[in-house]
Amino acid sequence: MSGDEMDVAALQAEIEQLRTENAALKASAASGAASLLSIPFTVGRDDSGATTELTNAEIARFSRQLLMPEIGVQGQLKLRNISVLVVGCGGLGAPAIMYLAAAGIGRLGVVDYDVVEASNLQRQIIHDEPKVGMRKSESAKATVNRLSSFCDCTAYDMLLDSSNAMDLIKPWDIVVDATDNVATRYLLNDACVLLNKPLVSGSALRMDGQLTVYNYDGGPCYRCIFPKPPPAETESQYTSITFDFRICSTVPGIIGCLQALEVVKIAADIGAKFSQKLLIFDATFGSFRTIKLRGRSPACAVCGDEPTITELIDYVQFCGSGPSDKTPTQRILEEVDRITVEELGEFRKAAHSHLLLDVREKVQYDICSLPHSLNIPLAELEGRLPDVRAAARHGPNTSGTLPIYVICRRGNDSQLAVQMLQKTGFGQAKDVIGGLETWARDMDSSFPTY
Amino acid sequence: MTLTITLEFSGGMELLFNNEKSKQVTLPETFTPGSATLKELLPWVRDNLLTERAELFMQGETVRPGILVLINDADWELEGELEYVIKDRDTIVFISTLHGG
Repeated sequence: MSGDEMDVAALQAEIEQLRTENAALKASAASGAASLLSIPFTVGRDDSGATTELTNAEIARFSRQLLMPEIGVQGQLKLRNISVLVVGCGGLGAPAIMYLAAAGIGRLGVVDYDVVEASNLQRQIIHDEPKVGMRKSESAKATVNRLSSFCDCTAYDMLLDSSNAMDLIKPWDIVVDATDNVATRYLLNDACVLLNKPLVSGSALRMDGQLTVYNYDGGPCYRCIFPKPPPAETESQYTSITFDFRICSTVPGIIGCLQALEVVKIAADIGAKFSQKLLIFDATFGSFRTIKLRGRSPACAVCGDEPTITELIDYVQFCGSGPSDKTPTQRILEEVDRITVEELGEFRKAAHSHLLLDVREKVQYDICSLPHSLNIPLAELEGRLPDVRAAARHGPNTSGTLPIYVICRRGNDSQLAVQMLQKTGFGQAKDVIGGLETWARDMDSSFPTY
Repeated sequence: MTLTITLEFSGGMELLFNNEKSKQVTLPETFTPGSATLKELLPWVRDNLLTERAELFMQGETVRPGILVLINDADWELEGELEYVIKDRDTIVFISTLHGG
């Protein structure tokens, strides 16, 4: 090989090396804002074991919020190192859990005791059709795992009560109240006060939503605002007037998103602005109004200066109602004033003349009804007794009055209706035990339930 | 001189008040400007506007637990609760706390 040839070979080797270096640099630059931000690429940990540096993958994943000065690298690390417990995987919990996982919260706990039902899917978007029948907490965890490999999610398939709440909540930094009942709300509040955790609380019903943060930044707790639960003796009537089972799909979604936002703000030290403030969302008006709440009450039973509640109490007893969101079956009438769905089926088959009075609201009657029934909603019954009288006289037996069977969705309102009818001259009125839900279950599986 | 105020019902309270969310009312002359308080207003609202049973709105002389009263966008506890002296053009909101989710 001549000297010239040797020079050419050396130059070619040098060019090759430069090409390799160039390609490596290009790849590095293409991997995102990483090299521009001059962030170290190794993962460090401080004495507590918390991550002190972001990985390349984390930088690529969360770049859009890393570039926000409000969050930045330090904020993202805080999200990475914080743990959040979301109690309730329903309408509020669904979007809250998904946004928290997506935003980079490092550890999420999701709690629910229920299973996914078809009627949940309209608003609980963390669950989908193949998950009907699955435990809600497991379903939520599966969605989180698909959504992000950066979130360590633990599912708790359990009903929270005084015996398990303290142990469950203790290891978590922030608690999200995404529950649906007053007993669990008091339970979570007291546990968070006793364990000194911020409680990001949301609620939604019909077209209304509310949001606040309790026990944070020197502000009040739930008990400071509501020292006494709503009286149990009027609650079922209030519930039936205010239709507590109605809910517009996006309303809890909006509140759940706001809960996730407040958690991120607390976690990243931006600060939550809803301590001692209540956001009231009215979806009918399209209005968001934030009002100022009272401060922490020195007389509060749990967070006051001389607390009387120093450990968890019996919340079902305190509230007079439990955490189940299913309507309890009431027993108002005596056996003699009631008939079973089987008896009703026999009467209908035998063309036994009777008046079937359906006392559900019109919107429910429109969904499904038994043929030849008369719909008079319970709320209108008192004013429409002449209609009942006319209908009960109708038919072949015009000289007398027909038996009246009163039906509703579950058999509670129908008992109230029979009570009213019996007091106003319709002694023959009887209630159908268990209502249309029982009819669908025992007599006609093709009859819809809702 | 009379007092004219706006009453608002929210969070489901409107269902106890003929489904009206907002109502401007001129209080009768028994409400003396400068001294009439919420203590007098509550029974008046109950007797004149409530369309459902009284115990769903009031318990004793105050509102039923679970109902929050706002006076001009502030918790009534900050304004003296029942002792608050009604001013002309006040907005008083009765809001039911929600438990659902």
